[in-house]
Amino acid sequence: MSILIDEETRLIVQGITGGEGSFHTQRCIEYGTRVVAGVTPGKGGSEILGVPVFNTAETAVKETRANASMIFVPPAFAADATLEAADAGIPLVVCITEGIPVLDMVMVHNYLKNKSTRLIGPNCPGIISPGKCKVGLMVGDIHLQGNVGVVSRSGTLTYEVVAQLTSFGIGQSTCVGIGGDPLPGSTFVDILKLFQEDKDTKAVVLIGEIGGTTEQEAAQLIKGKMTKPVVAFVAGATAPADKRMGHAGAIISGSSSRAKDKIAALANAGAIIASSPAEIGLTMKKALGK
Amino acid sequence: MKIHEFQAKELLSEFDIPVPRGGVAITPAEARKIAAELGCRVAIKAQVYAGGRGKAGGIKVANTPEEVEKLTAQMLGTRLVTHQTTPEGAPVSKVLVERAVGIQHELYLSIIVDGTSRMPVMMASESGGMDIEDVARLSPEKIISAYIDPAAGFQAFQGRKLAYEMNLNPTQIGPATSLMTNLYKLFQTKDCSLAEINPLVFTADGELLALDAKLNFDDNALFRHSDIEQLHDLEQVDPLEARANELGVKNYIKMDGNIGCMVNGAGLAMAVMDLITKAGGKPANFLDIGTVNNIDRVIAAFKVFTTDPNVKAILVNIFGGMARVDVIAQGVVEAHKQMDIRLPLVIRLAGTNVDEGKRILAESGIKFIEATDFYDAARKAVEAAEGGSK
Repeated sequence: MSILIDEETRLIVQGITGGEGSFHTQRCIEYGTRVVAGVTPGKGGSEILGVPVFNTAETAVKETRANASMIFVPPAFAADATLEAADAGIPLVVCITEGIPVLDMVMVHNYLKNKSTRLIGPNCPGIISPGKCKVGLMVGDIHLQGNVGVVSRSGTLTYEVVAQLTSFGIGQSTCVGIGGDPLPGSTFVDILKLFQEDKDTKAVVLIGEIGGTTEQEAAQLIKGKMTKPVVAFVAGATAPADKRMGHAGAIISGSSSRAKDKIAALANAGAIIASSPAEIGLTMKKALGK
Repeated sequence: MKIHEFQAKELLSEFDIPVPRGGVAITPAEARKIAAELGCRVAIKAQVYAGGRGKAGGIKVANTPEEVEKLTAQMLGTRLVTHQTTPEGAPVSKVLVERAVGIQHELYLSIIVDGTSRMPVMMASESGGMDIEDVARLSPEKIISAYIDPAAGFQAFQGRKLAYEMNLNPTQIGPATSLMTNLYKLFQTKDCSLAEINPLVFTADGELLALDAKLNFDDNALFRHSDIEQLHDLEQVDPLEARANELGVKNYIKMDGNIGCMVNGAGLAMAVMDLITKAGGKPANFLDIGTVNNIDRVIAAFKVFTTDPNVKAILVNIFGGMARVDVIAQGVVEAHKQMDIRLPLVIRLAGTNVDEGKRILAESGIKFIEATDFYDAARKAVEAAEGGSK
């Protein structure tokens, strides 16, 4: 099994006719994802990549019974697109868009409080359940189907980690990029809970970074509720304070947002700490007793 | 994005938050003129993007316009070193000259977006004037907060609650509440990431004034605030960061080591910095080159590396996903054609179009050290940088 996405996923792409939207939709289709529709206001009735395009998410859902959406809309309009997907009743929304204003996301979270929609992202690489479905940007062929869950705030660092796992023959159940923004739709805690419940996930890799306190919140869950082994790494031990390291969320603005405090919290909770990003695969291999 | 105190105070005024009368000067004569117009005892405040100015000598009090002129002449053109600046300090090119006020009581007030509740939160304390992190450490009970429903906005009852909890007297509750309401209006209208008034004071005459103010803005929202974007003072930014920005290289942060790093992805870039440190070296910068689909940004990054006199080796680590490895390789080759780059170069490539990328590098004839993975790359870069400095 896997979490969030699998063979049953019926995906719509909001912003499918844009350059990045169409490029990555094509890659998802090639990977085997069932892309059932696209949404671009004003382009309803047309077709792209063999997929029908609708003006609104609501009609797309009505016509195609879609149950997930991937958003490639420019930052100024991405919050609106997210709300549109939620309003259309789509249970899973993956927002790839980078650069959405924080106060727009505050409004989105406020709106989602009373909805059943789960948001992944924004500013994230998406989700992949190897061998089944890909909703996002990640390179498909470095992945291997298996039993380790991966959850990360970073995109390309996750590729490194997945490549390490695959090279040891350790496959992945699902890899979830929760994104580098300060207000992610889903946090480590949300995804760890899903991995804990997933029968086919035996262990989890957590890749955190400086900024915020989501790793500490994850540590609390690991301590109390996780029975599966968690291998953790936190990037940015050498990052300076008060400088935003690329991701809007990656800024040390208080002692709890430093890497060393996050690592201490995770270690204290029983997570197995990978001391180097080059040893995450190896650490997992040992944790699995392989 | 940060702005200067005098600019923050202009914005506060726009939103009906009282600030001391004053003006900004770039020459001692201008400072003298402002002081003469004010006709009272004044504070002269160095305008830099850093806190801790008082202790560092960046705030002076003067009684006469002549004294103001003299003190301003001593401040302008210097670099102010505070606990928040680099050891080189921040350049002082402007001073704010404003009425010095008699303080009866100092408060603290700020708004940020809280990552856990995902709501804006207003924080207040009756222990103003100090660094709020010190207050949080020494007497956390003195910081009180109100979470703001983004749909409803900041409510008057929340202001009253904070005001009463700060032990304000009955005549102060009303003005404090409207000031808080106005500060949230400013925070929300201008997409602030931080709005902080510290100290917020009651003067000896019972007047409520924002004596110091710090406003930071959400970079992601600047597209809808061109008025704010143009306030940015590039002089306060590290010159290499300013140069990188000018060349279109975003996400470049200057650091104090000697290995120039080009990596795709912020998390991976941080991980590579961590690996360089683990291998005994120090990165010269953080750089997330992003999704490169043309060579110009790669060439520009090399321009920045060669401008930095501290750089002794260059490390390129790319795991192509969205970014195409072959394009990066073309960029590296082109940079070496355009510039005379003699720095040792360590390259590690993986991911999308990696074979094509490696072929381009091999056929170009440029000298480089190939690495098999990112730790190998870090070790080789550290070795190369050490060799170069001997």
